[in-house]
Amino acid sequence: MVTVQLLVIAGILSFVMSFIGGFARLSRFALVRWVSGGIIEFFRGTSLLVQLFWLYYALPLLGVSLPSGLVGIVGLALNYGSYGSEIVRSSILAIPKGQTEAGIALNMTPAQRMRSIILPQAFRIMLPSFGNLMIELLKGTALVSLVTISDMTLNIMQMRNTVGHDTQILSLLLVAYFIIGYAMTLGFRWLERRFSAGRV
Amino acid sequence: MDWNWDFTWNEVLPELLSVLHVTLEATIGAFAFAMVFGLILALGRRSRHRWISWPTYGFVEFFRTTPLLVQLYFIFFVFPDLFGLTLPPLAAGILGLGIHYSTYLSEVYRAGIESVPRGQWEAATALNFSAWQKWRSIILPQAIRPVVPVMGNYLIVLFKETPLLAAISVGELLGTAQSIGSNTFRYLEPITLVGIFFLILSYLASLLVKRLELRLDLNRK
Amino acid sequence: MDVTETDETQQTDGKEPIIKYRNISKSFGDHQVLKEIDFDLYPGERVAIIGPSGSGKTTLARLLMTLEKPSAGTIQVDGRHLWHREVKGKLVPANERHLHEVRGDIGMVFQHFNLFPHMTILRNCTEAPVKVLGLPKKEAVERAKEMLDKVGMLDKVDQYPANLSGGQQQRVAIARALVMRPKVMLFDEPTSALDPETVGEVLNVIKDLARQGDMAMLLITHEMSFAREVADRICFFDDGKILEQGPPSQIFTQPKTERLQEFLKRFHLNGNGFQEVQ
Repeated sequence: MVTVQLLVIAGILSFVMSFIGGFARLSRFALVRWVSGGIIEFFRGTSLLVQLFWLYYALPLLGVSLPSGLVGIVGLALNYGSYGSEIVRSSILAIPKGQTEAGIALNMTPAQRMRSIILPQAFRIMLPSFGNLMIELLKGTALVSLVTISDMTLNIMQMRNTVGHDTQILSLLLVAYFIIGYAMTLGFRWLERRFSAGRV
Repeated sequence: MDWNWDFTWNEVLPELLSVLHVTLEATIGAFAFAMVFGLILALGRRSRHRWISWPTYGFVEFFRTTPLLVQLYFIFFVFPDLFGLTLPPLAAGILGLGIHYSTYLSEVYRAGIESVPRGQWEAATALNFSAWQKWRSIILPQAIRPVVPVMGNYLIVLFKETPLLAAISVGELLGTAQSIGSNTFRYLEPITLVGIFFLILSYLASLLVKRLELRLDLNRK
Repeated sequence: MDVTETDETQQTDGKEPIIKYRNISKSFGDHQVLKEIDFDLYPGERVAIIGPSGSGKTTLARLLMTLEKPSAGTIQVDGRHLWHREVKGKLVPANERHLHEVRGDIGMVFQHFNLFPHMTILRNCTEAPVKVLGLPKKEAVERAKEMLDKVGMLDKVDQYPANLSGGQQQRVAIARALVMRPKVMLFDEPTSALDPETVGEVLNVIKDLARQGDMAMLLITHEMSFAREVADRICFFDDGKILEQGPPSQIFTQPKTERLQEFLKRFHLNGNGFQEVQ
């Protein structure tokens, strides 16, 4: 199913991009911070559908023609990856300074501090936000139907043209999205419980 | 293909500017709807009666988890069949956006209400306010103030989702850009320009929200 | 008590200091917290730092733990510069790698414990030995258990910090620092954040350590009777400077400066178990 494929691939990509972007925003080098900040603000500031349209309609005119499936994946991953970067950044910043200081006092290297102390704690803070982000991504996948990727929404809308019965099939479509989304919500809740070690 | 400045200045820009008001109307109309309906949902979820609080909870979860685009289709194509209600595209769009974002705002209201200290409720009871007076003059003023910046951010998010209305033939920015494109076979300039519009407007709006946040913070202290 | 104090002081006389602060200044913005401090700490010596809050006591320790960078001056640890490297006979600012090499001799116990909330008590004490010192897991666990036993927390190894009282958390934090076997241990107001009823258990652990080990200790504290009992030397900090220092008997019974007299009077009035001095 195209919708689920998109969800999984774009989900993984935006997860990876969130970490790259989040770390870049916290870099020691001002140039890296500014450039990544600019890119992230760009994708957050323009709307997802406008980006998809641009990739689909305008980019080919500049000589770069992406297959429509790739347009969907790239558009979704860049957009939600940008939102995710802010999640990663703010979660890392939310870890109290004393934790870093304790790591220094134990003579851990910056990489060891990040891996053993900061990230495990930040990850727990990120989880609920990533859960919400993935729901947003699921809803965002419906937009690819507007750039002719035959996901669930486009299929149903085409079926509507041939067989009619608007009420039934559109209701069915909404319910299908809700079931996928609700399953994801439950999955993330389970993850949150698993990673709640040490909290009362 | 190169960027055509002449085309940009003389054809695309004037036409996009002439429909900018549609995007803004949709944003403001939908947000106003979401503010009111979101508060109703937030209060509904707090209701002591299960036959109010449970359906409200279900409604919020359902509309938050399903795509706005499909909801718009539903309102636009199904409402005429179901309720005999044929809405003009813009009205359907405002209704769809409004309902979708009311579910987000209901969560924002909820957080605000929960941030009001218990003592305030108790003081209101001790002064023998009626339920209505308690909400109106004690709880809501304190609940809404701290969440105003969050609401501002949702206003920006909602603004950035207005291009979806193009899918139900509302002639807003993106829809207009697309029709310019299909008429002239030049998509590059109109769609790029729409992106720039959104970038500038949402950036300006986010600056405003930040200032608002600062001011609310200062007044508190 | 007095006899051992003099003995200790004489022992350190022949040795080189393990820590040397020279001309150290530190400013935060316009505010100068430390003003051209010279300070030595000898191997095995116990020094208590007292003084009003905001006098720069904590900053002195944080500079040594590399949590804060000095604005001017040098610090040497066991003959090596901490904040500088020698390159072609010149001192250049240290990089992270240099800091990593030198600060291994230092350990620290924080006011707010700073245990890692996502790890069990045991893991809190084994993470750094395994990752930083490269000990085999089994050996790290043995060492950690030995230290946890020493602070009386061996029965809590599988608990998480959130389940412990403040005093218990601080004892674990002491064990965590001990496992690294530092030559110098910094205690930054280790009981200031504790409930009054748990202060005693933490002070007792520190007193035991002072009695047994040959580890040098820098104790920043507001507990005057504790400082008197444990320290070989007391430094009185005021307004970013060391105003007066000497053995406890001298500092507490014959304060020379007016500021110290004022300061001690305040503690007397607070009734912090300080009456015994008179």
